[in-house]
Amino acid sequence: MLEKESNPTLSKSTGLPRKRFYRARAHSNPLSDSHFPVPVSPSHVDFSLHYPQFFPSSSEVGCLKKIQFADIGCGFGGLLISLSTLFPETLMIGMELRDKVTEYVKERILALRGSDPGQYQNVSVVRTNSMKYIPNYFEKGQLTKMFFLFPDPHFKEKNHRRRVISPHLLDEYAYVLGVGGIIYTITDVEELGDWMKSCLESHPMFESLKEEELEADPVVKLLCSATEEGQKVSRNGGQTFQAVFRRIVPTSLYMKTDMVC
Amino acid sequence: MEDNQIEEGEKNTNVEVAPALISVHPTQNSVAVAVGSDLRVYDLLGDCAVSLVDDSGATSHKDSIRAIRYGANGKLFVSAGDDKVVKIWSAESWQCICTVSSEKRVSAVAISNDGQHVCFADKFGVVWVVDLHGIDGSEASVSKTAAPLLAHYCSIITGLEFSPDGQYVVSADRDFKIRVTIFPKKPLDGAHEIQSFCLGHTEFVSCLAFVITLDYPQGFLVSGSGDSTVRLWDITSGSLLDTCEVDAKAGHLESNGSDEGYSTVTDLCAIPDTTLVAAAIQSLQGVMLLSCNLSTKTLSVAKVISINFIPTSLASGSSTGLLWMVTGVSNLPGFDCPTVSRVKVISGFNKSSLEHKPIALEDNEIPGGTKLVEKLQGSVTVDEKVLTAAAEALKAAMCNLLIKKQYSVEKREFRKRTRNDRKTKQ
Repeated sequence: MLEKESNPTLSKSTGLPRKRFYRARAHSNPLSDSHFPVPVSPSHVDFSLHYPQFFPSSSEVGCLKKIQFADIGCGFGGLLISLSTLFPETLMIGMELRDKVTEYVKERILALRGSDPGQYQNVSVVRTNSMKYIPNYFEKGQLTKMFFLFPDPHFKEKNHRRRVISPHLLDEYAYVLGVGGIIYTITDVEELGDWMKSCLESHPMFESLKEEELEADPVVKLLCSATEEGQKVSRNGGQTFQAVFRRIVPTSLYMKTDMVC
Repeated sequence: MEDNQIEEGEKNTNVEVAPALISVHPTQNSVAVAVGSDLRVYDLLGDCAVSLVDDSGATSHKDSIRAIRYGANGKLFVSAGDDKVVKIWSAESWQCICTVSSEKRVSAVAISNDGQHVCFADKFGVVWVVDLHGIDGSEASVSKTAAPLLAHYCSIITGLEFSPDGQYVVSADRDFKIRVTIFPKKPLDGAHEIQSFCLGHTEFVSCLAFVITLDYPQGFLVSGSGDSTVRLWDITSGSLLDTCEVDAKAGHLESNGSDEGYSTVTDLCAIPDTTLVAAAIQSLQGVMLLSCNLSTKTLSVAKVISINFIPTSLASGSSTGLLWMVTGVSNLPGFDCPTVSRVKVISGFNKSSLEHKPIALEDNEIPGGTKLVEKLQGSVTVDEKVLTAAAEALKAAMCNLLIKKQYSVEKREFRKRTRNDRKTKQ
């Protein structure tokens, strides 16, 4: 931080970090044992580190605001940056497994906070394996939006269990999403698009958004335009496949209707 | 030289030793012990050894059994393990009434309280469910296929339990998690609604048990872990009610004074009709009794019963005041007898008071006497030295299986260079 002026990884004109210094592998194995720190439970996450302006001291952890948006596999963070100004009062976090990419997003947010004082205070990033540790970060029903944009397609059938949208993982996403919360998915791979759509369609706790609801949602437009991957696809004139679903209360699935709250 | 060491290390982990397991019929009609691929049952009502009836062949299991359990109503018994076969037995006729094949090795089993569904968990984190409607055991053994119920993301599931009211199925894994899922009306369609996650352990969760009393019929969950704690949970909210550190208490009793820091809790058994939980702890000679105060929701160490015996598995039937224990191992390297086991029983657990000191029974005082001991152990006497070696082998095996490996940078580079996928191409 001290050598900010002379830091060669930051662009001289914009002050933003330059991607060439954060070269990363395109993929990371979500199945391997993780060796980064993971919070024991959501109450152990120190929000004052992520959102210093919203949480001035670490003593007030957990009492004020909760994270509402999660971008799973946020990549270089394009969507988060756009959402940050669109929903300035909503806390949002990006989750990324690749170490260097996470570092890039961290630097990018810090640089933006520096150049636009008061802005981008509601956005942060964390390096984690969201497929394993989502319940360690979010409480039940805490989130209102989850994003899965251009995830790794994992074409081989043997590797389908590495896909970030899968029937079993949707149970966990349904757990952290509040009723009415929305899950956004988009991909440029048709096969994966079909897969994500069919997973969501056959899950009893999600229902598809109607056409007019999609039209009215300003976030839907960002899926393509805000993300680095989305821009790449439209640059190359590629097609995208999106699936946007709402978390609902499952109907008549259970033995006991008089469940303890 | 360096290469050789690493190669050897890898080879050692390939020989998987499995702990001996014990399970007691809910009303103590029979006792079952599994060592390696061997399933031994002793009928306490008829006072005789049971011979299992299995149409599928002479040996029921072809590899180490990793999980055994009686159903809550005492009609069923399930065994499963590394041979990827789940066997469902009638606990009366001891006929195998149903065989289910699994895609992966099985690490835990559970039977729903009404005895209509059997769940089993595999080493890839998927819990499967088998519907037993229409199977009454009167016909010959049938084969069934299982449907996926839920999954922990590619993590070994170490414990699986139904809540006492049957509303939830609780699963624990090596990624420190305990998941409480609502058990649905149609389990074959999957269990999608998660009630809570019980988070707080800082190492793999190794075992689960429910403490149930008349005042608290819904019960409270206790869990043991590699972080040498036993924790008490409210499963409806997932909140941690109390943490009981066991290593301080177990540590000073260790004769060899091993400095490995953690004393892994390997098994828990709630003593029926009391608020006591017996805990088996790696390298603790004996069992630790924890007392659970359900009104203040606290858990504390009540007593350590020291005996020259490190149990690998604990079990208890209702209202008998007996705690059954087994120690033993399969595939023990370096000994003539590949499988070894020793059964012991502690008596004197009467209603929630420990005034009458629980004591370990001699072999001839155990229900069933030496006949039972001979059946369940395979022999009357067991060499103590072999059991010590067995305890060490098990400790190593559990580390290899469940503790996340930390590699230095050099070692990681070395492992990258010798990756399996490249080796096969050579």
